[in-house]
Amino acid sequence: MSPKSAHKARKPGKARATGDFYDLRLYIAGQTARSLAALANLQKICDEHLEGRYRIEVIDLLERPQLARGDQILALPTLVRKLPEPIRKLVGDLSNTERALVGLDLRPRASSRA
Amino acid sequence: MAKTATRPAVVHAVPKSPTGIQGLDEITGGGLPRGRPTLICGGPGCGKTILSMEFLINGARQFDEPGVFLSFEESVEDLTLNFASLGLDPRPLAARKKLSLDYVRVEPNEIEETGAYDLDGLFIRLEHAIDAIGAKRVVLDTIETLFSGLSDTRVLRAELRRLFNWLRTKGVTAIVTGERGEGAMTRHGLEEYITDCVIMLDHRVVEQNATRRLRVVKYRGSTHGANESPFFIDESGISVLPITSLGLQHSVSPSRLSTGVPDLDGMVGGKGYFRGSSILVSGTAGAGKTSLAGYFVEAACRRRESALYFAFEESAAQITRNLRSIGLDLEPFLRKGLLQIHAARPTTSGLEGHLSAMHRLVEENKPRVVVVDPISNLISVGTSVEVRAMLARLIDFMKVRQVTALFTSLTVDEEHPEGTDIGISSFMDTWLVLKNIDRNGERIRTLDVLKSRGMPHSNQVREFVLTSQGLKLLDVVRDQGRVLIGSERAAHVGDHAVPVRRPARRARRR
Repeated sequence: MSPKSAHKARKPGKARATGDFYDLRLYIAGQTARSLAALANLQKICDEHLEGRYRIEVIDLLERPQLARGDQILALPTLVRKLPEPIRKLVGDLSNTERALVGLDLRPRASSRA
Repeated sequence: MAKTATRPAVVHAVPKSPTGIQGLDEITGGGLPRGRPTLICGGPGCGKTILSMEFLINGARQFDEPGVFLSFEESVEDLTLNFASLGLDPRPLAARKKLSLDYVRVEPNEIEETGAYDLDGLFIRLEHAIDAIGAKRVVLDTIETLFSGLSDTRVLRAELRRLFNWLRTKGVTAIVTGERGEGAMTRHGLEEYITDCVIMLDHRVVEQNATRRLRVVKYRGSTHGANESPFFIDESGISVLPITSLGLQHSVSPSRLSTGVPDLDGMVGGKGYFRGSSILVSGTAGAGKTSLAGYFVEAACRRRESALYFAFEESAAQITRNLRSIGLDLEPFLRKGLLQIHAARPTTSGLEGHLSAMHRLVEENKPRVVVVDPISNLISVGTSVEVRAMLARLIDFMKVRQVTALFTSLTVDEEHPEGTDIGISSFMDTWLVLKNIDRNGERIRTLDVLKSRGMPHSNQVREFVLTSQGLKLLDVVRDQGRVLIGSERAAHVGDHAVPVRRPARRARRR
């Protein structure tokens, strides 16, 4: 990433600069390998980037299918960032850390990169 | 369920779920394949969503099969409003848990893909909705929207394949809609996965008239009509008009019914038209076609048979007023509901619209006689090939129901009125030709029976008059081998003092 875009993202008002609280919801379906991978990856990201200012709620849709409707869940696993606003949805097991960080606004979108 | 006590003749026929949509069940031989997904594809605005919703609503209302509508395009509020305006309000059914609507919003800007995933969320959601109301029918409209939100098409395709297989194991009869793609039935090739039944819808403009077409592209394990059939959407939903003929298997009746004019009965075998036959009355402007039609319905109403009059030229009030001037009073029959006059300008809706409305009215009211006045005006809203096909359909449809139908047709050519009747005469059993001849400064009305199948009929061209006492055929007067008409006959009759039933009082009808 170019230093310029990194600088831009650090401007006041951006989530990662202001130290916002992160309310995260991870939707899974059963204790599958993919579910567990997603949870582990999420935990790692939070430990590294959001220490002390996050909350993770894991929702197993096999147990509570009615909750799929509210957050418009289609793909699993899906991580929903309820806070800070706006709501963001991260689809997949979060194994691509780079994209996960971009999705959580913890890293600027690499639009200028080739 | 439309289960009948009689066993179907074909043992291996695919079980079907009736759509309850007029005409569609006929084309598909009973509905969509039960327990399997059907693909309905077509361009934007072609009627996919309406057809799908009607399938669910009819299922819930008529066949006790609850349904789930999963919309990927419109919110539940929008869907509800749109369908309420079509007379297909889903709310009462939703309140009774016969129908469940859900909006699956796919917002590409909100989604970031971060690794491996599947569509279990959608499966769980759908299963939850199905199980909550015991749904037997499911609509996914339009599932291809997923491709705009999720970029991994390889995963999506695999998941869609899994979804359709899952729907089969779940045993629900499903409609999956898809937008028409370039050179393919759908943009993302859904037709590869849904092979049980594919229906294509089309919306095109022919000569400034929007026409809709439906075609069953394939139907595994079942015969189906392969033709394009026009369909129409109005306040009571969709009706499809199968364009294929009903065939010539209808039973024929030997019983007869009066033309309404005793003298004319005499010309067609002495007893009038055959019941269930089709009669064409063609003639130039002002030749007396509507009068003849008026006699026909009046006679029917007198026999206490219900009559339907489709007017494409004059309003109901105009028709009754004008017929009163020749001594025909239709008011009492209108009041009693024995006669219904439906007047509409041909251009107010497409040809499909008129024909489907006529089908529906005949179906609902079960009249014994029908008048279409004039059929020639419908030509102005369609090409003649279409008119012929649809007219053939309508005629067969009425024949099967033993409805006697009289069609008037306005002809332009004074000398050869037969020529302009767009080849519809072959469908007609009886053909009367009216003329309004200009001869030596006077207009003379004549009537002759060009054909009348299955009965002896007069070969004479008869002169008639329209008076305040009604339509009178004048006796034939011959002089030196010539049939005399007009003032020649009056002069002749006067000279030789031949008794005439009634003096040739002639009232010009406007």
